[in-house]
Amino acid sequence: MQNHDQSRQLQEQLQRCFSHKSAVVVRGGGSKDFYGRQQSADLEPFDVSAHRGIVNYEPTELIITARAGTPINEISRVLAEAGQCLPFDPPELGGVATVGGTLACGFSGPSRPYAGSARDYILGAHVLNGKGEYLRVGGEVMKNVAGYDVSRLMVGAIGTLGVILQASLKVLPSAEKETTLIFHFERDSALDFMNDLAGRPLPVNASCFYGDLVFVRLSGTEAGIDSAYRSLGGERLPSTDKIWSSLREFEHPFFQSDLPLWRISLPALAKPELPGEVFIDWGGAQWWLHSDADADEIRIATERCGGHATLFRGGDRTSEVFHPLPPAMQAMQERIRASFDPERILNPGRLTSER
Amino acid sequence: MPSNNFGFSDLRNISCFVSWVSFRHNRRAGMWLMGTRPAQFKKLTIIMSTSTQTNDKRNRLILKLKGFLPTTCILLQDQELVPYECDGLSAYRQRPMLVVLPENVDQVVQVLQVCSETGVPVVARGAGTGLSGGALPLEDGVLLVLAKFNQILELDPMRRIARVQPGVRNLAISEAADPHALYYAPDPSSQIACSIGGNVAENSGGVHCLKYGLTVHNVLQLKIVTIDGELLTIGSEGLDSPGYDLLAVLNGSEGMLGVVVEVTVKLLPKPEHTSLVLAAFDDIEAAGAAVGGVISAGIIPAGLEMMDNFAIRATEDFAQCGYPVDSAAILLCEVDGTEADVSAQISKIESVMTLHGATEVRVAQDEAERLLFWKGRKMAFPAMGRISPDYYCIDGTIPRSQLPMVLRKMNQWSKQFDLRVANVFHAGDGNLHPLILFDANKPGELERTEDFAAKILDLCVEVGGTITGEHGVGIEKINQMCSQFNREEISQFHALKHAFDPAGLLNPGKAIPTLQRCAEYGAMHVHNGKLPFPELERF
Repeated sequence: MQNHDQSRQLQEQLQRCFSHKSAVVVRGGGSKDFYGRQQSADLEPFDVSAHRGIVNYEPTELIITARAGTPINEISRVLAEAGQCLPFDPPELGGVATVGGTLACGFSGPSRPYAGSARDYILGAHVLNGKGEYLRVGGEVMKNVAGYDVSRLMVGAIGTLGVILQASLKVLPSAEKETTLIFHFERDSALDFMNDLAGRPLPVNASCFYGDLVFVRLSGTEAGIDSAYRSLGGERLPSTDKIWSSLREFEHPFFQSDLPLWRISLPALAKPELPGEVFIDWGGAQWWLHSDADADEIRIATERCGGHATLFRGGDRTSEVFHPLPPAMQAMQERIRASFDPERILNPGRLTSER
Repeated sequence: MPSNNFGFSDLRNISCFVSWVSFRHNRRAGMWLMGTRPAQFKKLTIIMSTSTQTNDKRNRLILKLKGFLPTTCILLQDQELVPYECDGLSAYRQRPMLVVLPENVDQVVQVLQVCSETGVPVVARGAGTGLSGGALPLEDGVLLVLAKFNQILELDPMRRIARVQPGVRNLAISEAADPHALYYAPDPSSQIACSIGGNVAENSGGVHCLKYGLTVHNVLQLKIVTIDGELLTIGSEGLDSPGYDLLAVLNGSEGMLGVVVEVTVKLLPKPEHTSLVLAAFDDIEAAGAAVGGVISAGIIPAGLEMMDNFAIRATEDFAQCGYPVDSAAILLCEVDGTEADVSAQISKIESVMTLHGATEVRVAQDEAERLLFWKGRKMAFPAMGRISPDYYCIDGTIPRSQLPMVLRKMNQWSKQFDLRVANVFHAGDGNLHPLILFDANKPGELERTEDFAAKILDLCVEVGGTITGEHGVGIEKINQMCSQFNREEISQFHALKHAFDPAGLLNPGKAIPTLQRCAEYGAMHVHNGKLPFPELERF
């Protein structure tokens, strides 16, 4: 495993950029270049990928600390050797996705509604703010209420509040066993069924709907899974089936379309009518939509159900790709950004257009 | 679901002792600060400022408040203000300029607008059970009490959410959800009395947080009012929302960023089955190692608590729960899930305990026995109160692997300081609550206790832990923040607060120390290996 500490060089580069007010594009493995708004081509690259390696991992602590450039699959491999995993199931994206990029984008896999998200598992981080200051926030312990939870705030901020250089994540034991059951349903009953499952004390760890099939992943002890299977019925999917990894890695045939890909985040039991083909994940809370319909049409349909829509991949990336915020909230978010990055040098334009 | 909680009266008992000692701590800090102690440290009696200027300001404020608040919602008289002069940290007392008890969100908005316009600081208060003085009033400030916001607005078993007002008690949510076989997971010890708004402010945990998370993991949406009187919705009923994750910073922000007026929490299905193992050890380090053993076996217990011999004896005398009194330590390890899952895990736990040298392993045979095993743990604090005139409870978190070493050190120091220490703590997540027993009437004993406690907290930070696992910084640990964070980090915290509250009117002086205070405290974070254990990472 490669182990390089580049924190000093990275800090010096950012301090230089701050003093020259020259903006940077923060980049790890580059697996999520497609995500967020298109940025100006003449920004200076800020490459975190060489800053890598596991800094601390003691399995009985249930915590791993790694530098931002460490690939997710490398982390998962090391964890698996000790019988543990990242419970939020992040995409590895061909082995290129890094810890820093995964957290910055806040990507979580199919287990998210049951096991929690990337932001739920971060315990602490070392971060460079937009002034090039090196901040240690959060900690390497399970419970810590000293100071604002700035490390969690970094998750999903796409590098616009700070550059994550190192993160400590809570990890959990891998399940003894996993089994996937399949059920035949049409869409509305599938949504009711998945919602009903989430309200019962069952070892469900993922559920999705595509075509006319609901897939339910059970995860736990062998005895627990067997008893859940007895009470649920359904057909057992062969363990060689790749439904969950193909969904997590965007490799499922559904994702092969050339149409813009939207991510629709919804409250429980929402059933919007959306203009295009959908793949429903997260037990109904996350819908993938291929559609070239007007952004406003998609956003209005989503908003009506209490959700928000992100132009996830493709389409017009010079427009707003994230769901617009109410003006008071937008103003608050801009003030927060200014508190971390007063010169707007971190990934300008990636999250929202610069005004 | 177990409710591993102390009764409210016990909690008050604890906080009383804790805060008393802490007050002494700060008196000492005050001496180091050489007269720069802020006004809220003064133990005031009935002295209200009599300066004309202050009175004018107060009168103008009252006049404005009376424009939209019923007179019954404004408390002005000394005898009305007395009950509000402290929270659970009762040795810090300060009578506020006045107390307001708004009845609806619109009134909260107007209170904050008026305070913002007139430059009057505001401290929000829920049930007042906090243990770090987060709701300590300010002499020249308004205490904004949210006690009248006590309604559960919506509880939907289908969507598994509860939308509640901030003054609703933590336990009341689970009670309301119970008929639907649902519950709200975070269960701080004070859950019978503490309010959900306060839980958000403190990011409260509980016995089950290793498995089920803290408040931040269980809150979906907040409505807050900013100091400018702007009502903002943060989060959503879905699993995420666009923009920065402000739920992350609001939870645990100790009332510094906004006033919470509505909370939407997620409800979880109650586990089908719960079971408890009691394991006894004749060596406390073996018990500590067994905690790691359980985790290594791939088990995440719903609760994992440890008690040492001293705590065992005291509680057995007090509660007669059948604890093995000759053991050096016991572990209480609870698992929940489906019946099949639980029985598989229980047999694994039994063998892990035996493997780590347990002298006795008992599985609670029925619900009555399970509750009996928990009873001792729940009675541990009052049991200490019976055998010692005073005790000091510490709230630090350490990496779990350091548990045996930290326990050994504490036992060494216990002899060195000639003070008994009882260990009762959340072993599963490394959150220590050592109780130092002392008698304040014996000359020198309090000072020795202070030194002992300081050594334990230092050790927590040195081994990579934190100064507060769950009680918050408030006013109590404001100086210790300077040891855990450096100048840039503290400045960043202030900048973040400034984004929400540019004039610094929300709960000023709490949670984040000023740089000046840290400089005077003289304990700024030292880099490049000048601290003990330089090889250890610090955050």
